[in-house]
Amino acid sequence: MTKISNQEQLSRLESEAIYIMREVAAEIENPVMLYSIGKDSSVMLHLAKKAFYPEPIPFPLLHIDTTWKFREMIEFRDRIAREEGIELIVYTNEEGLRLGLDPVRDGAVYTDVMKTEALRQALDRYGFRAAFGGGRRDEEKSRAKERVFSFRNEHHTWDPRAQRPELWDLYNTRLGPGESLRVFPLSNWTERDIWAYIVREKIEVVPLYFAKERPVVQRNGNLIMVDDDRMEILPGERIERKKVRFRTLGCYPLTGGIESNAADAEAVYAETCAAVRSERTSRIIDGDAGMYSMEKRKREGYF
Amino acid sequence: MESVLKIMTCGSVDDGKSTLIGHLLYDAKMLFADQKRALELESRAMREDGVLDYSLLLDGLSAEREQGITIDVAYRYFATEKRSFVVADTPGHEAYTRNMAVAASQSDLAVLLIDAEKGVTTQTRRHLRICAMMGIREYVFAVNKMDAAGYRKDVFDRIRAGIESFVADIPHHGAQMIPLSALCGDNVAVRSAHMPWYEGPTLLGYLETVDVEAREEQGFLMPVQRVARAGGIRYLQGNVVSGEIGAGEDVTVYPGAVATKVNGILVSGKTAPRTVRGEAAAVSLTDDLDVSRGFVLASGTDLKQARMLQADILWMDEKPLMEGKNYLLKLASQTVNAGILRLKYGVDPDTGKHLACRRVEKNGLACADIVCHEDLVFDRFDRHPAMGRFILIDKVTNSTAGCGTIRFALRRTENVARQSCDVTPEDRARALGQSPRTVWFTGLSGSGKSALANELEKLLAAEGRHTMLLDGDNVRLGISKDLGFNDYDRTENIRRIAEISRLLNDAGIIVLAACISPFAADRDMAREIIGAERFMEIYVSTPLAECEKRDVKGLYKKARMGEIPNFTGINSPYEAPAASDAEIDTSGADAAALAAELLESLKGRFD
Repeated sequence: MTKISNQEQLSRLESEAIYIMREVAAEIENPVMLYSIGKDSSVMLHLAKKAFYPEPIPFPLLHIDTTWKFREMIEFRDRIAREEGIELIVYTNEEGLRLGLDPVRDGAVYTDVMKTEALRQALDRYGFRAAFGGGRRDEEKSRAKERVFSFRNEHHTWDPRAQRPELWDLYNTRLGPGESLRVFPLSNWTERDIWAYIVREKIEVVPLYFAKERPVVQRNGNLIMVDDDRMEILPGERIERKKVRFRTLGCYPLTGGIESNAADAEAVYAETCAAVRSERTSRIIDGDAGMYSMEKRKREGYF
Repeated sequence: MESVLKIMTCGSVDDGKSTLIGHLLYDAKMLFADQKRALELESRAMREDGVLDYSLLLDGLSAEREQGITIDVAYRYFATEKRSFVVADTPGHEAYTRNMAVAASQSDLAVLLIDAEKGVTTQTRRHLRICAMMGIREYVFAVNKMDAAGYRKDVFDRIRAGIESFVADIPHHGAQMIPLSALCGDNVAVRSAHMPWYEGPTLLGYLETVDVEAREEQGFLMPVQRVARAGGIRYLQGNVVSGEIGAGEDVTVYPGAVATKVNGILVSGKTAPRTVRGEAAAVSLTDDLDVSRGFVLASGTDLKQARMLQADILWMDEKPLMEGKNYLLKLASQTVNAGILRLKYGVDPDTGKHLACRRVEKNGLACADIVCHEDLVFDRFDRHPAMGRFILIDKVTNSTAGCGTIRFALRRTENVARQSCDVTPEDRARALGQSPRTVWFTGLSGSGKSALANELEKLLAAEGRHTMLLDGDNVRLGISKDLGFNDYDRTENIRRIAEISRLLNDAGIIVLAACISPFAADRDMAREIIGAERFMEIYVSTPLAECEKRDVKGLYKKARMGEIPNFTGINSPYEAPAASDAEIDTSGADAAALAAELLESLKGRFD
């Protein structure tokens, strides 16, 4: 697995993503771009700027804030929104916040309420008819089966058995009342394409993706960063300083780091090409409902 | 470095498609360690013998694993030292044929699996025909399960002969045949020791080196997706689907074939001297033309601008495709209303034979004439694929109901070889001293169509005109007495009235046709048949409540009691004309007076 993503391939993927974004902007009223602050979101935002230039991006960004994200992610988010002059909507499920749900203790309930439910609430409140997501088909088996334009009923539910046929590049964007679309412009990108593109285009990403000495504890085979004092240190756990980076970013107590020396995008790209474990092994939440966890969450209205 | 190769796999249920791709990924060392471990664990959980079940790598939905079949297309991305691949693994079951067509529309090459023990089946031929229709021109025939067939050369040779005989009918550039075993790995990535008689490449070896010839298309084409404005300049945004163009070069804008020049080009958010096929561009023009989404920029090639076309159709919806039905047609960035004018024939997916047909069921293939309600810019699929393919969207459910590829634009004169007569319609009209027209009254039952037509005919007759009144009810008692009131029969009834009107017009006679004709597509068909220059549409817009109050024939009462199915306005829709020649509400007015007013507004049209 030493293949270098070639430039022609990256340009083809770029054109395809831009085409998809322009279709949505031309055909659907009130779209929004889900901004998770991760590397895929950074790439999506970069592509959106290119797609609509010389006009500004014609839709806002939406971040579902669980309040348990890494502090560096929130700083990065606010700075990017300010510098780019983009409208950023931050939404938190206040009811979940009141319940004081904890990512570690409340596990699946926390994910349902603070992520899935929060996303549904935000889309309903603002009446967004289409939401761009950074999902890629190489991430996970149920995503590999999902259309680029993924139709959701009025309850935001995905029915994998009744997906609209998607032919050539002719996307059907027609919606009935209450129905919406999730649109994935990066469907055909792989993790390596993402890093190759970040290197080529010099796209800024959250520094957590680069190796640095950070305080971590070992937990169930994962290295969990102690990002603030809300994190409970369990008996037998010890805070160590290790040089780690993160392959994916989410709620810090649920995100495992990997030991690495890759301190910039080129180095991360090189490590990605040599990786022996898939990306999602560092995401703890996917494993908790058995092998079809992602499909289940998609059916419930998550991305 | 070779470009990315997009492959699809197809075959019948149990031909071993997922197993083949799973094995390919495994052999090509394309699995992450955790995926490999999961495969081993899951194989143990699902199979008692613990043999690796490679299909588990691909069948991603829980329903698929429970039933042991593939429901939807799964996309896999992998790369070897030589090439990157996108693999679309597709359902084999006939009920999911449409998903196979989806995969074909995204692929450059199709791998068709054939079970060595079963040989070529109906499904193989069906899949090949669909792949061909969707534009695939490169094929690999993987004769699988050679292990179960004793790795015998004669088995392979017999199947090869069968393939050669039918692949000859399908447009293709390449057709490679490979004997293999997906289960055991023979000739997948590693040459088989069991089949020394086979001297060709392994599957992976072939895929790594096959040259998928990018079809040379003539000229530059860019459909406009949206228009951006900045600094008083309009930038037309879209992907280049053919050729290339540079700043300062000539370009033609469709519809209208307006000549202008390229002023500036943006690619990837930066100014560029040129833009080429495959790029997402933004183009500004030297002239300030009112260009919007749906327009097409062209250079060095010409496009068709027409309303009627003939196309091959693959149907995908539960509700069948029928003549007279109305859909949204999306082609490149254009979306227009379109009706099915005529089903020319259905296609037997097995033999390719043409079949008489009145409707096309889900997964069926057919050839149809389509009429768009406004001009469409397009080309033949074999000339410019991106301008010759479309989807049909159901206007009620919004489902993607079918897809098609265009054979050619239709014009009535091109379409029909007529016997020429020495006395022409113009001669006959001149002899009668009038311009024959068809005045078409449409509206709800009881709206006053017949009364109006009757009064108008009296006035015309008084002027010494030669006329004929075709009343919907009278026609149904005679020439259409074999027809009922379902959608198909209603459309056929309108077609007959339109054809009779045309004949009468050809004879020089002015026709007054009064029939409900509730569907816009049917009236468009009538307009096409009669000729737009002769056709006048009068919308009798008396409101439903008034029509129901009159209920001259007692039909509304019966319909309300559920005794008449498909009664317009009650349990069947009426599609009002968007733009008629006249609109008349007969509520509380005298038919004779309204007819006189109408005749006044049509003054001069019959001379």
